[in-house]
Amino acid sequence: MAPKLPPQHNLQHSSTAVADGQAHHAHPAQPKGILRWLLTTNHKEIGSLYLIFSLTMFFIGGIFALVVRAELFQPGLQLVNPEFFNQMTTMHGLIMVFAAVMPAFTGLANWMIPLQIGAPDMALPRLNNFSFWLLPVAFTLLLSTLLMPGGGPNFGWTFYAPLSTTYAPPSTTFFILALHIAGISSILGAINIIATILNMRAPGMRLMDMPLFVWTWLITAFLLIAVMPVLAGVITMMLMDINFGTSFFDAAGGGDPVLFQHLFWFFGHPEVYIMILPAFGIVSAIIPTFARKPLFGYASMVYATAAIALLSFLVWAHHMFVVGLPLVAELFFMYTTMLIAVPTGVKVFNWVTTLFRGSISFESPMLFALAFVVLFTIGGFSGLMLAIAPADFQYHDTYFVVAHFHYVLVPGAIFAIMAGVYYWLPKWTGHYPNERLAQWHFWFSIIGVNLTFFPMHFAGLAGMPRRIPDYALQFADFNMLSSIGAFFFGTSQLIFVLVIVLCVRGGKKAPAKAWEGAEDLEWTVPSPAPLHTFETPPVFHRSSH
Amino acid sequence: MRSAWRWLLAISLTASISQAQANGWNMPVGVTDVSADIYGLHMTIFWICVVIGLLVFGVMFYSLFRYRHSKGAKAANFHEHTSVEVLWTAIPILILVGMAVPATATLKNMYDASDAELDVMITGQQWRWRYEYLGEDVAFNSSMSTPRAQIRGEEERGEHYLLEVDQPLVLPINRKVRFLMTSDDVIHSWWVPDFAVKQDTIPGFINENWVKINEPGIYRGQCAELCGMDHGFMPIVVHALEEEEFDSWLAERKEAAEEEAMGADREWELAELMERGETVYQAICSSCHQGEGQGVPPAFPALAGNQELIDDLDWHLDKVLNGVSGTAMPAFRSTLNPVEVAAVVTYTRNAWGNDTGDLVQPSVVVEQIAQ
Repeated sequence: MAPKLPPQHNLQHSSTAVADGQAHHAHPAQPKGILRWLLTTNHKEIGSLYLIFSLTMFFIGGIFALVVRAELFQPGLQLVNPEFFNQMTTMHGLIMVFAAVMPAFTGLANWMIPLQIGAPDMALPRLNNFSFWLLPVAFTLLLSTLLMPGGGPNFGWTFYAPLSTTYAPPSTTFFILALHIAGISSILGAINIIATILNMRAPGMRLMDMPLFVWTWLITAFLLIAVMPVLAGVITMMLMDINFGTSFFDAAGGGDPVLFQHLFWFFGHPEVYIMILPAFGIVSAIIPTFARKPLFGYASMVYATAAIALLSFLVWAHHMFVVGLPLVAELFFMYTTMLIAVPTGVKVFNWVTTLFRGSISFESPMLFALAFVVLFTIGGFSGLMLAIAPADFQYHDTYFVVAHFHYVLVPGAIFAIMAGVYYWLPKWTGHYPNERLAQWHFWFSIIGVNLTFFPMHFAGLAGMPRRIPDYALQFADFNMLSSIGAFFFGTSQLIFVLVIVLCVRGGKKAPAKAWEGAEDLEWTVPSPAPLHTFETPPVFHRSSH
Repeated sequence: MRSAWRWLLAISLTASISQAQANGWNMPVGVTDVSADIYGLHMTIFWICVVIGLLVFGVMFYSLFRYRHSKGAKAANFHEHTSVEVLWTAIPILILVGMAVPATATLKNMYDASDAELDVMITGQQWRWRYEYLGEDVAFNSSMSTPRAQIRGEEERGEHYLLEVDQPLVLPINRKVRFLMTSDDVIHSWWVPDFAVKQDTIPGFINENWVKINEPGIYRGQCAELCGMDHGFMPIVVHALEEEEFDSWLAERKEAAEEEAMGADREWELAELMERGETVYQAICSSCHQGEGQGVPPAFPALAGNQELIDDLDWHLDKVLNGVSGTAMPAFRSTLNPVEVAAVVTYTRNAWGNDTGDLVQPSVVVEQIAQ
């Protein structure tokens, strides 16, 4: 084995020779106001920027979803025309995936990975600043397409060619640029995370000692580096088709519209796991804390995460079961997709077994984590059903699929993010979040989420295609329920904002170890965590793993 | 006592499932052997998920209840158990293999389109379907017939709102029908749930699927792949007829097609062409260019008061026959017959204040196509 913690060991000593109080004198005076945030290279400040950006985008994407749900409240076209409806479904998907969920996880990574591995900051702080500030540029540009002549992207977040090339609105070129910029941001962020985890762990912390949030992010970062360039490639081909007369995806010029889908989903399927693996990490931190019992099967959790990541490169065409693939391809992708249920199942079994014979309390982070386990598993079940290729001929492109991926993304990824926020807010602000309000937020969210997405299973099985602005009368009841649920869920997220604002301003003081059962390194630094932590590497004691 | 409860639960679940069937909550069993097989697979995997879910959530909620901190539960400290971990990796694999076997058999059957007795070409177009009975010289377009006023809520909505068309696809029962599927523009997806046939229609590709219907009836479906503005208004209606009924229907259609072809040779009156043209316009053109020719600029240009169109008849005819590359305007030379082209061009040149007075004879269109 290569020697652990090579030269940076010395580096750390040189920069941490100064005691905590004097460290600030060694740096030039901190800029104030907006410049402080524009120029910051501190992982905690950048983490906060990511999280605030993500929360803002969560509400913008949420408003788009509510436009969609308002139009679908009853049959007929009442509020928007089909053109605008398509722009709303597209923008909702793009914003939620690229601007809400992904940056939220990157924000949590920025805040927590250095704290969890005992590093003073991210490995590449200036790059970190750049990665973040690309995002507001990318998504301001993307949102501005809605105001351009011909409107914004209207071809779904999967932007299948040739609807997104030959038949697309003129603003598509700006959409491509925006996605390029967001993609660069993701790649740079991933590089930074890998560099940090591999080089800056506290002395004595082996890879197999790392908290699972760090592990899942390490694997996620490799996925990002592997697939974001594929996305960049496919949108560049679109750009060429639209502006430079090539015919990659234009059948009339000898191109291949199905090639687009292969490329997109070779990116898109790992992308799905990019949005869920860090969630696994968060839940794997929270459940042991509130069960006051070590995580069951730490090693198998790591292997299961790696297995899911590897399999994610071999399943992409299960999104394409009805495009007319050859039989052998259908069978191959059906089998590999079914196989994903195995490592995913291992994870769920491990979480449940962690609870078994624990000593369980139900603070708000735990509530969200438990809801994650149940509802993500339900999303997993519908995923297993979708994997059965013959049955997918009926499920494909219906609301059953919409129900499935919202179950894994909303009470999956987003509940995990909320669980993480409630879990780490005491560390960030030095105050506990208002538990009563947080519990209201939880119960409203869980009712809203199920009311919104559960009826979609039935609508889909009964035959309602996705992405339609109006529907046949037999789907009316399901849609009305979903719309009521969506407004309920959307409104209750205001409580989340309220809790965060109140927690930043004050509240019950939190000690360094804010939760009785919490074990990882972040709980050894004071709450709130000072701007600079672990300037001297901590001594890592191998505990339970 | 306990087992009685279990039976009661099982019976009520089964009852609610069959209830769901009747109320349109579940996947239809459908009217083909394939759709019934798929329904079987769907219910099998569903029950497997239910059982696993009950077990996992059962243990979970038991633990949450039993080992509450507030009730003084003391945490154990175990965190590994190799044999259990091997077991819960192995058992799911066995279940999955058990599931993959019937799924593979069904899929193989679905992919076997050989020995079909009838070939129907299905072409997706923004936003209608075109059906061609190959080798029978019968072809027609099928557009949604729900009036826009119903969509806007100005009229009461009918029973088959959004799921009704001007000309349904007519198929025989008990015969294997092969579908050849393609598209003229973007990707669409032809889906009839009762047949469990869903297949993308892709420009430049010809996909294959098949159906053998067991019961006569009217079956409805929709386009399943986002295909632009009117994706939601592209329904499919299939009339499945007894075999003899179908044969006589096909013979009738053939005769009508021959008559129509003859029509291209004679001189047409302006009023005749206008009447026919309006029908064609409303069925084919109005989804983009709108009912009054006002269009949706910039994507779909207005035709009413369009100076380029009014000034230049040849330009106009060329656009209808050959389309405009790089836009949503398709070439209609092979999807509309000469009479229909002549009628719709005459209509657009004389409707909504485009008072050119031009009358385009079908024979002119025939000439133009020949060039």
